Amino acid sequence: MYEFVSGPLVWISFIVFIGGSIYRLVSMFKLADKEKVIFPYMSLKYSLRSLIHWIIPFASTNMRRRPFMTIITFAFHICLVLTPIFLLSHNLLWYQSWKISWWTMPERTADIMTIIVIFTAIFFLIRRLVLPEVRFVTFLSDYALLTVAVAPFITGFLAYHQWLPYKTMLILHIISGEIMLIAIPFTRLSHMLYFVFTRAYMGSEFGAVRNSKDW
Amino acid sequence: MTEFENWDWETKEKLISEISEWRRKFPVIHEYVVSNDGEKISAPVKTQEDAFTVCVNGEIWENTFEKLWSLRFGPDDRLTCLCMNDDEWTVATDGETWEETFEYVWNIQFTPDGKIIAVNVKGKNGYRISLNGKTWENGYVEARDFALSPDGKNTAAGVQTKGLGEGDIFGFAEGVWTVAVNGVPWKRNFLNVWGIAISSDSSKIAAEVRVGEYEYTIAINGDIWNETFKCVWEPIFYPKGEDVLVPVQTDDGWTLAKNGQIIWERKFVQAWHQKFSPDGQRIAAIVAPKIGKWTIAVDGSTWNKTFGDAVLLPVFSPDSKKVAAVVKENNRWTVAVDGIPWAEDFDMIWDPVFSPDCNRVAAKAEKDGKYFIVVDGKVGKHGFEALWSPIFSPDGNKLLIKAVEDGKYYRRVIPVEKI
Amino acid sequence: MTEPAAEAVVDPGIDEKIKKLTPERIESTINKVLTKGAAARLKVYLQTCVHCGLCADACHFYLSNDKDPKFSPVGKVKQTLWEIIRKKGKVDGGFIKDCSRIAHTECNVCRRCSMYCPFGIDIAYLLLLVRRMCALLGVVPQYLQDTVNSHAVTMNQMWVKQDEWIDSLQWQEEDAQDEVKNARIPLDKEGAEIMYSVIGPEPKFLAQLLGNIAMIMAVAGMDWTMPSFDGWDNSNMPMYSGDFETMARVERKHHEAALKLKVKRIVMGECGHAFRGAVYDGPKWLAWKEPPVPIIHAVQFYYELIKSGRIKIAKKFKEPVTVQEPCNIVRGRGLGDMLRYIMRATCEDFRDVYPRYEHNYCCGAGGGVINCGPQWKKSRVKGNRVKAEQLKATGAKFVVTPCHNCHSGIEDIVEHYNLGMHTKFFSEILIDVMEIPEDLKVE
Repeated sequence: MYEFVSGPLVWISFIVFIGGSIYRLVSMFKLADKEKVIFPYMSLKYSLRSLIHWIIPFASTNMRRRPFMTIITFAFHICLVLTPIFLLSHNLLWYQSWKISWWTMPERTADIMTIIVIFTAIFFLIRRLVLPEVRFVTFLSDYALLTVAVAPFITGFLAYHQWLPYKTMLILHIISGEIMLIAIPFTRLSHMLYFVFTRAYMGSEFGAVRNSKDW
Repeated sequence: MTEFENWDWETKEKLISEISEWRRKFPVIHEYVVSNDGEKISAPVKTQEDAFTVCVNGEIWENTFEKLWSLRFGPDDRLTCLCMNDDEWTVATDGETWEETFEYVWNIQFTPDGKIIAVNVKGKNGYRISLNGKTWENGYVEARDFALSPDGKNTAAGVQTKGLGEGDIFGFAEGVWTVAVNGVPWKRNFLNVWGIAISSDSSKIAAEVRVGEYEYTIAINGDIWNETFKCVWEPIFYPKGEDVLVPVQTDDGWTLAKNGQIIWERKFVQAWHQKFSPDGQRIAAIVAPKIGKWTIAVDGSTWNKTFGDAVLLPVFSPDSKKVAAVVKENNRWTVAVDGIPWAEDFDMIWDPVFSPDCNRVAAKAEKDGKYFIVVDGKVGKHGFEALWSPIFSPDGNKLLIKAVEDGKYYRRVIPVEKI
Repeated sequence: MTEPAAEAVVDPGIDEKIKKLTPERIESTINKVLTKGAAARLKVYLQTCVHCGLCADACHFYLSNDKDPKFSPVGKVKQTLWEIIRKKGKVDGGFIKDCSRIAHTECNVCRRCSMYCPFGIDIAYLLLLVRRMCALLGVVPQYLQDTVNSHAVTMNQMWVKQDEWIDSLQWQEEDAQDEVKNARIPLDKEGAEIMYSVIGPEPKFLAQLLGNIAMIMAVAGMDWTMPSFDGWDNSNMPMYSGDFETMARVERKHHEAALKLKVKRIVMGECGHAFRGAVYDGPKWLAWKEPPVPIIHAVQFYYELIKSGRIKIAKKFKEPVTVQEPCNIVRGRGLGDMLRYIMRATCEDFRDVYPRYEHNYCCGAGGGVINCGPQWKKSRVKGNRVKAEQLKATGAKFVVTPCHNCHSGIEDIVEHYNLGMHTKFFSEILIDVMEIPEDLKVE
């Protein structure tokens, strides 16, 4: 079991993740070309202007209006993306398989970041349940996606601290990570792929066309 | 039309009128117009309180009007305007008014020989068309615009056959618009009718019609094509016969259709203002292969160069071989001939004219508030206060230039190379 | 299906039309919209939205309806597009009715929400798609549809006949001459610097605004013209009903009028949606990336006239005055600073608003909502309590509204919430305060 999930399944999930993402983006570009009104209005300058204002905490009005949510969102996304990349044990796996490695973060830092992901995810869950404007647009799939995103962290955390049977947890951790990778191109987790482009388009529309700000 | 061969192509310069003098005589002068042959300049002028008349070469008409507008020279160089006294509107030509008066008149049109003058009129019997003062018998709730056949025998207008109450969307949906020809409506109504065209022999009348809210087609003498389209623009008739050529929008874009059948394979983001060459063999149209990329397509294939802002009506050379058009890029105007733009650009440029031998193209252009004659991209020496489009002499060696300089209106005939 | 957010309104344009719909027609029409033309943005937007609800606070309908989530931008998308897509277009007439209510009457497509969405999703565009579906099914609020019909027939918004148009201009020219010597409205003047265009309600109900511009142009010494023929109206309601073919036809007329008159630019009167139609939505459909003849809004024009000194201010307007920023020229063109410049230049006691600039609230009337007719007035006014509160906080007695929709919309709000204010177009202020040179004064 371990061999399967940590061997072929990793391959499959990375291939699906990368291949699926490329497929998604290529079809987006094709459709955008067909729609005719997208590319003529794109502007690199204003795409970047918009992106910069939206990847810096508190650079947009709505972020300033909701400071708590802003901090949580940034913490969640930063930890979610960086932890798996710079985790020592992940790095070791890369080294074992491909003889490549890069900087790793101290294990304690990784541990804290994992906890941050888990707690911010709980915050998102509560937010979905409590805030009427969020609950109104929440479906089962939203809970499922949140679970998919946070599961690798919960399982990884449990595996690392060995509070539950290590082997089982490790397998669950790997599987949940793989599910997440596979899910990215085919679910709303693809906002990870599209973020740059939706922002770029809106930034161009507001900046280059409408002489106005979009933050 | 005054035969332009018989115009004075010899006198190098005539000072027709010192219009600066007019300014001393009249408290108000409206826009100037000049005759085709350049021998006359005219404008509506105010002579005293509530009294307007027409001044031609410094002389005024005998009669005065409370209001007077839309002054213009017809193709035969007779001077026509719309005028009003005691709330009665009519048409005046060379100082003679029609006997008939109306609540309102507008939209002067001439036959190519200038003999027939037609206008939209509104009177007690509703909206109608009047030709030389003879008015359609049937009046309508409304009539907008109209087309006049070259022989002057037919006039056709979009008319509303039935009144609608305020907000009556259901009445509208049943169709209350059609085309009336000489006052007689087609047997069928539509949601809308626009863009009326009349065949060269005057026998057929075509119009864009909307048969469903999102279904457009062409009706000819009241009968519609079998095909409908997402949208259509103004039809034109083939120079000979009864075939109709129309820009149509399909799922893949705009193209041209003849009698409902698509004739250009290539589709565009836009295609309009289709035009036949003088020999009737070639078709040119303004097209946009992409948003913000405009060009001319001739028989379905486009110029290599596209222009960002706009391309205006294609103009064929008399031998049908070349096409010129006004083009605009980066908010600068110029002329392109067969896809090659002139090097010089302008604040504004008017439609290009080909010389009779097709070797030269001339246009009126504006730069820094002055008007210039431009020939093949070369800008003339003189910058004028006012200028009208140049006309080539029959042999193509001279240009008739109608221009205002130092408050004086001159008619000049100069060799093309000496502009 | 969700229960209606507002109390039921009778609108024959919706109620009668849905009776004629068949499930097949609904399904095929919807699927055509979903697959043809609109695919890229729609697909990406739907895949990107994480249902976070952060757009809610952007919407005046949501804020004014006590934060009822049914009025949040994403909530409106949920009740319409998400359902439609989930059911693959297999929805019934009653559902289409709700769609029309939500998309046509409870969203001003003001685009404030796209500044609150972290992804920059153009939620207004999604609701315009819903409008398009409704329009293709023939379901459009009656008054809005009537306006669209007017556009299709007359190329103007108010069924103004060709003679009525010219007559109004000639009559207003005379009136203007009573105030400013030789003020004119030059018709069809080829080669003029400026073509001035207006919206249909001006000749129909507010003809004095045409006289005002004749005076302003005379005092500023501008070389301008207006077309006597169709194309003079710059407004565009089919853009908002979802009838884009008619929208395009109207816009084409407008731009081709300017091309025909050989003007250097179009100056348009005080209207916001007209600016959007003439500068963005219309040209885009017609393949002009930008208008073929540059267009500026009245606010830009007045800014030029005042800043350059072509118009001098004799005595400033004394009463406390605030301003409504039309979405389509402030969020849509960044004219907020110019607007404040002309306000301060002409008014002694200008009271600014908060929030402002791009973040200002819509008047609630724009986007075709006020054109949906009196049936919908109540929900419209109720849906913009925040605007009333915002204006009240300024303590101003007058609100300058450089947009016809804002003008009428704010008037309704002022009345409903008893704000005791009056609305004015900027040109009305300018006429009052500008200096008329000696040689143009009427003895």
